[in-house]
Amino acid sequence: MVQPLNYLKESASQTAGPYVHIGCTPNFTGIHGVYETDLGSGPMANDKTRGERVTIKGRVIDGSGTPLKDAMVEIWQADANGFYNSPSETRGAADPNFFGWGRCPADMVTGEFVFETIKPGSVPFNDGRPMAPHVTLWVVARGINIGLHTRMYFSDEEAANAQDPILGRIEHRVRVPTLIGKREGDVVTFDIHLQGEHETVFFDI
Amino acid sequence: MKNSLPETGGFFARDRVMHPPAYTPGYKTSVLRSPQRALISLDGTKSEITGPVFGHSMINEFDNDLIVNFAKPGEMAIGQRIMVHGRVLDERGVGVAGALVEFWQANAGGRYRHKKETYLAPLDPNFGGFGRCVTDENGYYAFRTIKPGPYPWPNGVNDWRPAHIHFSVFGHGFAQRLITQMYFEGDPLIWICPIVKTIPDEEAIKRLIAPLDMNNTVPMDLRAYKFDIVLRGRRSTFFENRKEGN
Repeated sequence: MVQPLNYLKESASQTAGPYVHIGCTPNFTGIHGVYETDLGSGPMANDKTRGERVTIKGRVIDGSGTPLKDAMVEIWQADANGFYNSPSETRGAADPNFFGWGRCPADMVTGEFVFETIKPGSVPFNDGRPMAPHVTLWVVARGINIGLHTRMYFSDEEAANAQDPILGRIEHRVRVPTLIGKREGDVVTFDIHLQGEHETVFFDI
Repeated sequence: MKNSLPETGGFFARDRVMHPPAYTPGYKTSVLRSPQRALISLDGTKSEITGPVFGHSMINEFDNDLIVNFAKPGEMAIGQRIMVHGRVLDERGVGVAGALVEFWQANAGGRYRHKKETYLAPLDPNFGGFGRCVTDENGYYAFRTIKPGPYPWPNGVNDWRPAHIHFSVFGHGFAQRLITQMYFEGDPLIWICPIVKTIPDEEAIKRLIAPLDMNNTVPMDLRAYKFDIVLRGRRSTFFENRKEGN
C-alpha cells in the first residue's frame, strides 16, 4: 500500500446556456437596478492607463457560418509593459490603472463583441523567450459545453509573431493565421470560428 | 500553516475525459458549435496562471439574497425558500479565497427573466434570478434564493431541464475559469437531461448534485443545500520560478 493521493476532482463544466446574460451582464439584457453596471463592461483603459489604445472587434461564428448572438467573450491581457494585474504576477507591479480583464456579450442582432483596451506588452514564455503581444480569450455560449480558450495576436507584430513560442508549436502552419487579429488603424478585427474550414485554434491550457 | 506567498505554479492538467466533450449530438446546439480539430495543449504561461481577482468591496449588501435583491420594498419572491452554500476548493482541497461566484436561475415556475425567453409560465415581479458573492478566507460562499422550477426547452420534442442554478466561478488563474450548473438531490429529471448527459462520467454528474443539508436548514424559515465547487489545483512553486531567472 502507498499513501492515498487524496486529490479532489474538478467540477465538471456545463454550458453557460442562452441566458448567461442574466447572471453575468444583467443590465445588457434589460434587468436594471440590481448591479450598477455590468462587470467587465465599458472601456478597459482610463485617462491614466499607459499604452496604445486599440479596439478589438469580432464575432463568434458557428459551423454554418452564422454568428452567435448569445455568446459571451472574456479577455485577459497584460498591461503595456507586459505585466499582469494579478496576485500571481511576481515580476513587478502592473499599471494600477489597468485591470486587464473585460467581458462582452455578443450583440443580440449582429453578434459582434467589442473591447476598448490597450495593446499589451510582451510577456516572457516559461523559458524566458518573449511571447509576442497577445490577448487571451475565453468563449462560452449555449451549445458550448466547456469554455474555449484561444489567443489573439496582432497583425502589425509580424516579426514578434514569427518568434512566438506558442505560435511556433502549431504543427499545421495553415492554422496560425486563425490567431492573428487584423489591425487597421486602431481597430483590430478577430473573428472566432468554432468549426469548419477556418476553425480557430483552441488551447488546452 | 498557511502559505502567504502568492502562488505561481502551473495548473494540474484538465481531465477532459471527465468533462463533457465539445460534440454531444444529444444536445443539438453543440453540433454546429463544437470545434472538430484537436485542442493544442500548452503548459500554462504567465498568461494563463494569472487572472483577475475581484475585491469584496464590489459586492452590495443584497447581491447574495435573490429573495429580496429584485423585490419591491417589503415584498419577497414567491417559491421554496432555500439557502445554497458551500466552498470553492481546488483539487488539493485548499479553499480558494476571494473567488468571485456568480449565479443565475429561473423562478419557481421555471421562467427566466430574459427578453428572448418565451415560456408561458409567468414572471415573478419580485424575482430577478441572479446574484453574486466573493468567497471568504476559507473559500466559503452562501446565498439565499427560491428553488428554481424545471423548464421545457426546444431540443427534443419533450425535453425538460431539471431544476438547476448556473454558476460562473473565477479562481486565481484564468486557466481555472469555470461555468457549471448545480442540480438538486432526488430530481428524476437529472438523469434524462441531454445537457446533464453531455458529461460522460456518472461520478462527475453526482458531484454537481447538491444534497439537502438539514444541519444548516433554518427551522420555520428556509431549507439549505450544500454545493462545493472544485477548481483546478496548482503545482508547488518551489521548482517553477527558476526557469525565468527572476
